[in-house]
Amino acid sequence: MQFQLDVNGERHALDLDTRTSLLDALRDHLGLTGSKKGCDHGQCGACTVMVNGRRINSCLTLACMHEGDEITTIEGLGRPDDLSPLQRAFVEHDGYQCGYCTPGQICSATAMIEEIKAGWPSNVTDDLEAQVEASIEEISERMSGNLCRCSCYPGIVDAIRQVAREEARA
Amino acid sequence: MTLETTRRLKHDTPDTDRRLDGMAQGVLGTGMDRPEGPLKVSGRATYAAEAHPEAMAEGYLVRATTIGRITGSNADAIRAMPGVIEVIEDERMIRNAAQGMAGESPVQRQGQVWYVGQPVACVVAESFEQARHAAQAMMVTIEPDGTHVFDAEDPAAEVEKPEQKQLDQGDLEGAMSAATFSLDATYHTPSMSSAAMEPHASIAQWDEDGVLTLRGSYQLLKFNKAELADVLGVAPDKVRILSPYVGGGFGSKLGLAPEAVAAALAAQALGRPVRVVLHRRQVFETVTRRSETRQRIRLACDAEGKLSAIGHENLVSQLPGEVFSEPVAQGTHFQYAAPNRVIGHEIARIRRPAAGSVRAPGEAVGVTAFEIAIDELAKKAGIDPLEFRLRNVPDKHPENGKPFSSSTMEATLREGAKRFGWTHTPPRQRREGEWWIGTGMAGAVRVNMMIEAMARAVLTGQGVRVECDMTDIGTGSYAILTQVAAEMLGFAPDRVETVLGDTDLPPASGSGGSFGAASTSTAVYLACMELRERLAAKLGVKEPELTLKDGLAIHENRQTPLAEILGEEEWRALGHLQPGKAGQEVRQATWGAIFAEVAVSDVTGETRVRRMDGTFAAGRILNLKTARSQCHGGMTWGIGLALTEAMEHDPRDGHMVNRDLAEYHLPVNLDVPQLGVHFLEERDDWANPLQAKGIGELSVCGSGAAVINAIENACGVRVRRLPATLDQVMDGLIAQG
Repeated sequence: MQFQLDVNGERHALDLDTRTSLLDALRDHLGLTGSKKGCDHGQCGACTVMVNGRRINSCLTLACMHEGDEITTIEGLGRPDDLSPLQRAFVEHDGYQCGYCTPGQICSATAMIEEIKAGWPSNVTDDLEAQVEASIEEISERMSGNLCRCSCYPGIVDAIRQVAREEARA
Repeated sequence: MTLETTRRLKHDTPDTDRRLDGMAQGVLGTGMDRPEGPLKVSGRATYAAEAHPEAMAEGYLVRATTIGRITGSNADAIRAMPGVIEVIEDERMIRNAAQGMAGESPVQRQGQVWYVGQPVACVVAESFEQARHAAQAMMVTIEPDGTHVFDAEDPAAEVEKPEQKQLDQGDLEGAMSAATFSLDATYHTPSMSSAAMEPHASIAQWDEDGVLTLRGSYQLLKFNKAELADVLGVAPDKVRILSPYVGGGFGSKLGLAPEAVAAALAAQALGRPVRVVLHRRQVFETVTRRSETRQRIRLACDAEGKLSAIGHENLVSQLPGEVFSEPVAQGTHFQYAAPNRVIGHEIARIRRPAAGSVRAPGEAVGVTAFEIAIDELAKKAGIDPLEFRLRNVPDKHPENGKPFSSSTMEATLREGAKRFGWTHTPPRQRREGEWWIGTGMAGAVRVNMMIEAMARAVLTGQGVRVECDMTDIGTGSYAILTQVAAEMLGFAPDRVETVLGDTDLPPASGSGGSFGAASTSTAVYLACMELRERLAAKLGVKEPELTLKDGLAIHENRQTPLAEILGEEEWRALGHLQPGKAGQEVRQATWGAIFAEVAVSDVTGETRVRRMDGTFAAGRILNLKTARSQCHGGMTWGIGLALTEAMEHDPRDGHMVNRDLAEYHLPVNLDVPQLGVHFLEERDDWANPLQAKGIGELSVCGSGAAVINAIENACGVRVRRLPATLDQVMDGLIAQG
């Protein structure tokens, strides 16, 4: 099937099997291997990318469904010599070890900070009317769809808190 | 040809020079950021499955659904499916991953299915979607070959009791009956999985000279190369393995796994590159798991809590044909003093998927159960469990009288208790709404090992390049090897390039058993020392009088830039560590203490860990940041062991029921509080010239017990069958009324 994908501001023409997941399209057909495959079943979050600003598991959606969508992957957030604030904070707080879940964590956190700003409540939010704080508990709850077997959760939470605070101040 | 000299160390005696303490760069031991960090956080670090050689075909493994003899298949029909190129049913395919450091092939297919889930074929197609579809359509005919046993505790199980793994010192029974307090309790830990985030993946490519290059995800490359060569029946120099980035290992990537063999065979048969990636469910089934254990623990003490007897008899399971068995009592041999000792080890040969080393094999489950038992006996004796442990610290190896290389058990217990604010209270004292609140503690211990390692350092006027086949599985190898070279040769870390994960480079230790950092760092240290000697000789000074800092050689109030000394030259040196008597003459170990606060729901039986603090001693800490992260990991593994992780096997055929990340419950972010980690800095001269010991596994060995003990303190429920599932805790709560 022929279709187009807009990824990190670039348009790509593709001709793929309709069964190809968005994740496999990115990794195997567009050379964007930053998005990782940990389970291929939406259980681990390593494949998290942003579609129109919202975080999704790219393994759970077919590539051909996303013509016209604005897709952002880890490669679109920053480069090794020009990292995003969250990417820098993950390095500083050692919010990763093997690095395999890391792109998913960072894509997820990037969108999650916007969810908090927009006032979306979570399972641990006590007051659904109040402005949500980027507390340890809120961040931990909202990042629980991104598994890390190296178990860098304390560093991940510290990194996200730092950036969420900086953004709240700005 | 550039001159390359070698510096060797057979490690027989303690190193009291402590040369690293005299270096000037000030890099080693700091919490330096990982040099590969920017690549990892930007998605540019490339893992095993992420190369795309031209004309690469896709392979997908086919799983056996029953046990027996393979008598046929519908391979011809599969070959006719869209996109399918070939169906590989080669008898050289391996039934499961090799054991760590095997260096030879594991059991091969040979027409036999040993366990449900064994890979029996590989379908190769033009695309991944085609290969997956065809593999799922493939039917392999398997004739049953008799009845089998699937549970180690089944009386019909064939049980081995290897003589060299039993110990009987003194009179345990007599001590038990004479004791003021005693305990005879049986604990169970479940079958478990490493569940590294990156599934095993291999891309195999043969060149026209018959050399195989395999991009894989492995921990011990020199052994993996030998294993792959043995499987294929080729000389080891015909195999090259590349693993520059490894998405987690935890033991699961110690040994060559089935996908590598399938990719290599397929690529050879087709004459084009082939990629095989394990599906997550195949990772669970075909890569070695941690055996479930049954542990009978007997303890006896006097009125003051002095232990007089220790019994630790365990039963583990394993597939026939595997030599490894979970060394459950490895820490028990020396953790506590007591004159009367029995250690027993039995292995039931059953048809569950193969068991192997998972992070901290032995102590992870053995120390955990033992530290729960110690808590139980302390309670019987009416003694604070911290104080109870302090009264039983051994001053030498309790079984053979050998000295400890360093003994920090008492220091970590005391420091940990202080940092946590430990006070011992009776159970069921604190309640917040539906939640019982309590605290618990445990000691941690893990043996320390070194294995043979080589590394090359290449010095130029501008910096250093470190080269070896070491892997970084998240442990921080890139960081610490960079730091060792920077410290020894006096360069800022950004002037050091560390190249790893390629078997064409000198064979290092690889990553496993917490031996990687210390062993390979020592090899780098030796290579750098060789270069220091050459610099000193050229400058006409003695090496100890030479200071290297920021690219300058400083001696006798003179500063000479290395760029001037070396000019355009490139100096190369190899470091070669061989373990020696230092590993046998003393007991080397790392020690720690873990404290936890939990909340247990009186309504649901759910346990939440609210606070957890670990204090550890492992010799010189090479990188504060990566060492801390390793301990975060281990403590979290303790939470998983205590509360959520268990692989369930079908009693009818042994197959893994919950073989995915939705049903095998790793701790998630909200399950883990902001963990506290503290290090007691020490120098263990027996360990190596760096005075550094392994840190990657220690924190797994006891953390789970701290949580289980805290549950008892919170609500009075003692859990002996891990994990502490809600049903068990609820039953206990109901029984308490």
